[in-house]
Order: sequence, then C-alpha cells, then structure tokens
Amino acid sequence: MANMAQALRMALHYAEEKLGVTDIFGEDVGPPLGGVFTCTQGLRTTWNSPLDERGIIGMAMGIALAGGRPIAEIQFCDYIYNTVDLLKLAGNTCWASNGQWNLPMVVMTPVGSGIRGSIYHSHSFDASATHIPGWKIVMPSTPLDAYGLMLAACKEQNPVMFLIPKALMRIKGEEPIPGEPGEDKALSRLIDAPLGDRSQWKAQWPDTGEVGIDIGQAKVVREGRQVTVVSYGRTMPLCRSAAEVLAGEGVDAEVLDLRTLWPYDWATLKASIEKTGRVLFVNEDTEVTNFGEHLVRRTTDELFYQLLAPPKLLAGKFVPGIGLADTLETASVPQEHDVVQALRELATQAP
Amino acid sequence: MARDAKKLEVVKAAKQGKKPAAAKPRRTSRPEAKVAQPAAVTAAPKPQPVSAFKPIITRSDELPLDRALLLRIHDTMVKARCLEERLIAMYKSGHGYFWIGGPGEEAFNVPLGLLIKKGEGPAFDYLHFHYRQSATFLALGEEPLGAIRQMKNTASDPYSGGRNFAGHFSKREWNLCPVSSPIEVQYAMAPGTAHVQKRFGGDGITIVTGGDAGTAEGDFASCLVWSSRPGQELPVLILVTNNRWGISTPYGQVQGVERLSDRGAAFGMRTKTIDGNDPISSYLELKEAFEYVRTERKPYLVEANVSRLFGHSSASGANLIKGEPDCLELFEEKLAAHGVLSRADAKALRARYVEEMAELARQAKEEPLPDGSTIWEHVYFGEGPPDPLPKG
Repeated sequence: MANMAQALRMALHYAEEKLGVTDIFGEDVGPPLGGVFTCTQGLRTTWNSPLDERGIIGMAMGIALAGGRPIAEIQFCDYIYNTVDLLKLAGNTCWASNGQWNLPMVVMTPVGSGIRGSIYHSHSFDASATHIPGWKIVMPSTPLDAYGLMLAACKEQNPVMFLIPKALMRIKGEEPIPGEPGEDKALSRLIDAPLGDRSQWKAQWPDTGEVGIDIGQAKVVREGRQVTVVSYGRTMPLCRSAAEVLAGEGVDAEVLDLRTLWPYDWATLKASIEKTGRVLFVNEDTEVTNFGEHLVRRTTDELFYQLLAPPKLLAGKFVPGIGLADTLETASVPQEHDVVQALRELATQAP
Repeated sequence: MARDAKKLEVVKAAKQGKKPAAAKPRRTSRPEAKVAQPAAVTAAPKPQPVSAFKPIITRSDELPLDRALLLRIHDTMVKARCLEERLIAMYKSGHGYFWIGGPGEEAFNVPLGLLIKKGEGPAFDYLHFHYRQSATFLALGEEPLGAIRQMKNTASDPYSGGRNFAGHFSKREWNLCPVSSPIEVQYAMAPGTAHVQKRFGGDGITIVTGGDAGTAEGDFASCLVWSSRPGQELPVLILVTNNRWGISTPYGQVQGVERLSDRGAAFGMRTKTIDGNDPISSYLELKEAFEYVRTERKPYLVEANVSRLFGHSSASGANLIKGEPDCLELFEEKLAAHGVLSRADAKALRARYVEEMAELARQAKEEPLPDGSTIWEHVYFGEGPPDPLPKG
C-alpha cells in the first residue's frame, strides 16, 4: 500500500493530468529533489521557486487570478507565518470583491511534530488556519484520505489549505487507492525517484481513479457507545490505538476522523456525541485558542443537556516551541498514553 | 551566455558609478543636471531631507502628441480631479467614512490607463493597482458613479458592494484585480498573473503599481526577484509612484536610495525614473516601457515622481497641501501656451465636471446600504451563503 507521500504524489499526478492543475511549485518542489518529503517527484508541472514564502503565496494567488490552477507548497508550516496577510487576502478576495473574483488554489504544507524537528519543523497550523475565513482546510490521517482530499481540493473554486501531518508521511495505508499496485515494492519502482542521477528518470504512473471523498466529510473510524473521541492528523492513529487499549478495559470508544477542519462535518460529530454523551477532542496544536476549543464550545452550546460529562480537549502545551530532545517533544504534544488516560477518565467520570 | 555578459556589464558599470546603457531612458523630460546619478555601490547614500527634493516639471517647447490625444488626456485628468474632490467633499459632509485617493497623480495615471490593453483573461493586461488610481480607471473608460457609490458604501457599489474603502476598485472583465489596503501585496501577486501570460503567449502584460513607501516592504523585493529569474523573466511593468511620503514620514528619513528605480538595476532589468507630473512625458516614457514589456516579455521598473495634493488620506485631513506642484495646472498652462486649449475652455470643462460629480453624488446618496444579512454572501465562490456555523 502507498504511504501518504506516495498517495499525494499520485493525486497530484491525477490532478495535473485530469483536473487542470497547471503549476505545482515551491522550495525544492521541482526536480531533482521533488520535495523534501518526496511528495512531488516525477510530476509534469513542478518547478522550484525562490526561497521566499510570501513570493510563493503571491505567485499562487496571481496564477489563480489569471485562470490557472496552482498548488503551492510551503516546505514546513513553521515558515508560513510570514505569509499570513496574504493568506488573509486570499481568503477575502471573493468576499471583498462582492463575488467577482475567486482563487482556485491549494496550499499544502507539512505540519506537526513526530520527526524530532525541533522548534522550527514541528509546529502546527490548524488553529491559525481556522482563524482565516474564506479558506477550506483539510488534514488527512491516512494515504487514501490524503489522495481523495487532494483530488477534492483540486476541484475547488476556493482556496484550500492542505495540512499534511508529517509524522504520518511514511506510514503505509491500510486501504488501497484504486489502481495502485498491490505490492509495495512494485509501486516504489514505478513512482519513487532513484537515488543519484535522476535526469533520465520518469515516473510510471499507475492508473488511479476517483475515490469519492469530498471536503467536509468526517469519518467514523471505530464505532463505539460510551465515549466519542474526535481528532485529525498525527493524533488520529493515537486515538485509534487508545480506543483499542481501552476496549480491553471494557471501555467502548467511538473514534471520528474530522478530516476537514472547515467547513467541518457537524452532523457526524453531533450524532456521535448525542449517542455517547461524552466527547474528547484531540489535536497537537497549542491548547490556548485551539480549534478544539471551538468544538468544545459548540458542543456545550448545542448539546449541553445530552452530555453525561464535560466535553474535554487534549492538545499541545502552550509553550513557545517543541524542544528537540525526545523527552521535551513527548512532554509537549499528546502521546498515546495521554489519550488513553484522558479517555479513561472521561468514560468513567460521574457527577 | 549573452545574458550573463550583459549582466556583467551592468554590474561593472554600476561599480564605476556609471549608468548602464540598458537602463538609460531614450527620452527624458527631466533636465539631466537635475537628475541624481545612480548611487555608486561604494558610497552609501545619505538620507535626504525632504526639503531638498524638487520635483522636476517639464517645460519643453514642443508638444510631441497630437491635439486630440492631448485634449483626451486633459479631459480625463480634469474628470479624475473633480471626482476625487467630490469624494473628499462627501467624506467631509458625512457621506463616507474614509477617503483615500490620488489627486495629484493624474498626469501619470491617465496616460497609464490609455496605454493599457483592456479586457478579460491572459490575452489582456492584468492590473494590480493601489488605491490612488481612479484616474487610471477613468482613462480605461470607467464611469465615475462606481467610485462615488463605493465612497457612500451603497449596495450598488460595483466593486465591493459597500464592503471596502474608496478607491478600492475591482473589475474582472477588465482584469482589474481587487485593490486592497495593504500597500505591498500587489507586488507579490503580479508575477503570478505574468507567469500565466508568459505561458499563454500573446502580448498581454501585467502592470503593478505601488507607492514609494510600499517599496520598503519585502513584497517589492519579491516582485523584483520573481520577475527576473534567469530564463524565466516575466512580462511585468513594475510601477512606483514616488510622492516622497509615507503617510507623515518623509522619504528621505527612511529610504537611503536616491532613485527607487535603481533597485531594479541590481536584477538586470530595465529601469527609469520619470517625471510623473507631466502627462506628455509620462505618456511617452510609459509607451516605451509598455512596448518593451509587451515584445521582450521581460520586466521593466518605472519610478514616477508625483505630487500628493491632499495628503495621505482623510486621516490626515484631506486638505489641499500648498507647495506641491499641481500637474493639472501645469498642463493647462502648457496647453494654453501652445494654443491647444484656452484657459476659459479649461475652466468651463472643470465647471461641467464639478456639476456632473455633484449630481452623481446626489444620486448615490439616495441609494440603500447593503442589508446586514448579506455578510454571508460570497464567503465562497460559486456556493450559496453558508450558515454562521456548519449545521447538523
């Protein structure tokens, strides 16, 4: 099965061949490297940009204004912060022009911890992104979802922020992308660029197709009756495994993958929370003015009388950075044992 | 190789304190003695007190444009001036919250508009303006009522539906990208439209305008870098109107470079500083730059020295500033001296436009504001208004 980097690469290939994507660009995105995470190897429309994040976002906006369909990469989301007013402008261009102009553009950027990336390669961006209206914001946790959401993003008429959990980039999927070879090495031979001289190499793309994943759809990853846990990105697999651990203790947790942060699938969340009466939101961005706080607020506002316990948020510590040492990183962002503990407490909490 | 050799020449010339041949304007209305030479790379230029700046006014004896064009330029300059003065009057009489515009820049902005290839899509020019370009917009053929409606923030405002400040135009069918209040972001976007145009072919170019203060922002440097990548040069006409002010801060206090156009030389691009207070000079200089960008598909940086007649915006009072050269008065003096337009005819034209703008303002005053419920419209393109929060 493809890992997330390979899945994104196949999606981008599909998008440039069948969905009208005209430019896939950013720092080191073009040959020979094809992206620092290899997501853009072998593609037809890739090119290398100057090392200038504001220039990258501005270029994407200009291409979109002129009728192109760009996908711009910011190499790590830690470096997207100096583009924030351009992101704001991209989000308000349609609104400010009273519907005259739109920006069909995708910005993809690796986010989060998990690779011991220290202070400037570990940051999250979901809380900040959800403060910028006018964008659609997605964050997959599996290769198949990454593939499907990228196709959906490339069909959008509006700007899409595609957050890639970098810690999951090399994790192989459990569900196949339609058309991918069944054997891992076979896929690698087709689409992974070789080491050394790549000047003559060309990817051999498998004939992958549509998967029917739309923006705005959450996924029930595990059905359960006693407590709901909602997550996305890197912390999603932690929630799945935590649910399995708790199943051994007799706690039956329902696990939801939000997949789209905006506009999010409230119907699926609401149905689950109404069923279990208990909900834990998990993500790794810093916990103050965290997106999960919005979900907690909405749960309280709308479902208060169906709740059996206060809605909870497990998120990253509100510290200025994620330290390099393993002990510092694991103390800063949720780990599996943190999710297990939080779920256990929530499942057994009584007035 | 040829390009590299040319770049070396430019660098060498700069080191010797010479002006590179490629950057020399073919015509200049500015007497050479008054034109500051490019700063030698070895000597850091001293910040110049603003009082030392003397805008150069063309007083040439010849009028190298035909009479019809001269009158068209003049007519549009008067129209634009009267529009801006009406917008200021609206602000001062409580019919608008904020005024910002470009009175004093008409001599540059009108010729610019007349040279633009107007239309929609990459075959035509893409326009990334700032908020001082009503004169350019009128020169393109826009009716002034839209600007007045935007000042009054009516629902009928054709550019933003009552959502944005005066002078923040947008018109997709003419490739006029939405003007926004940040003073630099247009420089970051311009290479994007030019990139599409270069790939598309044809002779459409991208035109981006900002003020001298905005060039301090990184996006201006981004524009220079992205437009001049070796082998991937972009058809961008990069314009800076230099009025020597950033709100209340004089140019010489914060900018060490004497001529902003010199910044382009470092990127091997053609550059020039022109007299933006003279419409004839502006027309001819811009025409040459337009032709170069259209045919060579490479960038050109033009700095135009202009006046700022009513200060930065209503935030600084929007009162007429004494001591700044008035390009309209100077042009009318010239047209009268050459028998193109009498003083009396110019006065009559102005009176007509004053009344026309007043009538348009009276019309806009009666028009309704947008309904509050419309805030949800156009959050997303091609979709109905979303609920405040996604509903279950």
